[in-house]
Amino acid sequence: MSFESEMSKGSFVIPQCSTCQKWVWPPTDYCNACFGKISLKKGDFQGRVIEFSRQNDDYFCMVEIENSFRIMAKMSDKPKIDQIVKISKCGIEDGNYYFEIN
Amino acid sequence: MKRVAIAAYGITPFSKDDKKIESILFESTKNLLENNPKIEKNEIDTVLVSTNNNSKYLSPILSESIGIQPKIAHSIENLCNSGTNSIVSAYSYIAAGLADIVLVSGAERYDSPGQILEWDNSRGEFKHPIFWASIFTSSYKRKFGISDEELAMVSVKNHSQAQNNPNAISKKTYSVEDVMNSKKITDDLKLLDCSQSCTGGASIILASENIIKKITDQPIWISGVGQKTISAGFTKNNSFNSMESTKIASQTALHMAHKEIHDIDVAEVHDAFSVCEPMAIEAIGMANHGEGTKMVKELYETKNLMINPRGGLIGCGHPLGATGIAQTIEITQQLQSRARNRQVENPNTGLVHNMSAAATSSTILVLEK
Repeated sequence: MSFESEMSKGSFVIPQCSTCQKWVWPPTDYCNACFGKISLKKGDFQGRVIEFSRQNDDYFCMVEIENSFRIMAKMSDKPKIDQIVKISKCGIEDGNYYFEIN
Repeated sequence: MKRVAIAAYGITPFSKDDKKIESILFESTKNLLENNPKIEKNEIDTVLVSTNNNSKYLSPILSESIGIQPKIAHSIENLCNSGTNSIVSAYSYIAAGLADIVLVSGAERYDSPGQILEWDNSRGEFKHPIFWASIFTSSYKRKFGISDEELAMVSVKNHSQAQNNPNAISKKTYSVEDVMNSKKITDDLKLLDCSQSCTGGASIILASENIIKKITDQPIWISGVGQKTISAGFTKNNSFNSMESTKIASQTALHMAHKEIHDIDVAEVHDAFSVCEPMAIEAIGMANHGEGTKMVKELYETKNLMINPRGGLIGCGHPLGATGIAQTIEITQQLQSRARNRQVENPNTGLVHNMSAAATSSTILVLEK
């Protein structure tokens, strides 16, 4: 199981260092703090919208996941700053990750 | 450590021309050598090429094209910040005694691959620079209560100043209304808020103190160098309404030059998008947080050219690998009082701010007569 194979299946997992327990983002094979091996943590993760803008009909948001790291994700409804969201859809298309939140 | 000065420069017009990268490098170097006959090209012992182009071995290719065999020749890539990174590398070679005369040549094509950082998957599908610029703009407006019209003044000012620069891509002035009515890119960005990726080249010669007097009567000394990398990924920026890397690099460069920010008479700042100019001015320390747009408005209304006299990236265009070198050439010309109808009155000290990928990294140079 790798991060990208999980993403390809639409499953968002968080890479965590098996040695120091730090969450490692962006996903890599080894921890960027202690170089320990990474395992993947499954869960129902929460995010918080910290900024957003809109292109055409879609909002794009800066989202902080579990008060730890950030991703940019698409949202169809107008977000609010500090709104709590969850990743509703994710995957890899043409080599690019994509995330949708609601 | 040896002192290092800028001895000569050459530049091409910035355009949308479809030219080979090798030709662009050659053109600005030819311009430099033809305008500086005191430079004996065989005395150039190092050639550094700044570009995001994927072509290989460009520095040896440029060296062969101009008929020299330097000791050191290689390329440097660091996205939009490549130009000043190359100048810092040239400075380091000379200061360390490994070289005496370094040619730094930057070039880019309008279709540069450096516009997109594919690695940064945290941005999801939003990898184009317009998306980080929109997040910056939204955050800056929200934090400081700034309007789109106030930010549009950056574009108005820089297009206006570019009309005094024959190499600039912009050939037209715009009003705030023009900027506001230009094509909507996102809710926070209009087309005229954006610099254009373009084709262009810029070259510069750096030399050691013991050589410089043979080449020029007007050396411009690099007295301060500051650099800082926060991250590669945009989402790792601590703030989206300030430029942390720029602030740190600026403090480092001013400290090295034994200068205070009020000593700076003229500056080139990296206005890739409208919001970047006030954010850069604030990070450098020329304005308080949230007051950069006020300074931009005052400069425009008083016809004070001290920030981005050549028109900035918005007015000139942004050929990534050449931009930092073109900015440095502008400050050199200003300090030599050779900037013609865009000359700032009698400047003694200037500053260059060049950054990459939403200020995830920045370089600051302090230049002096």
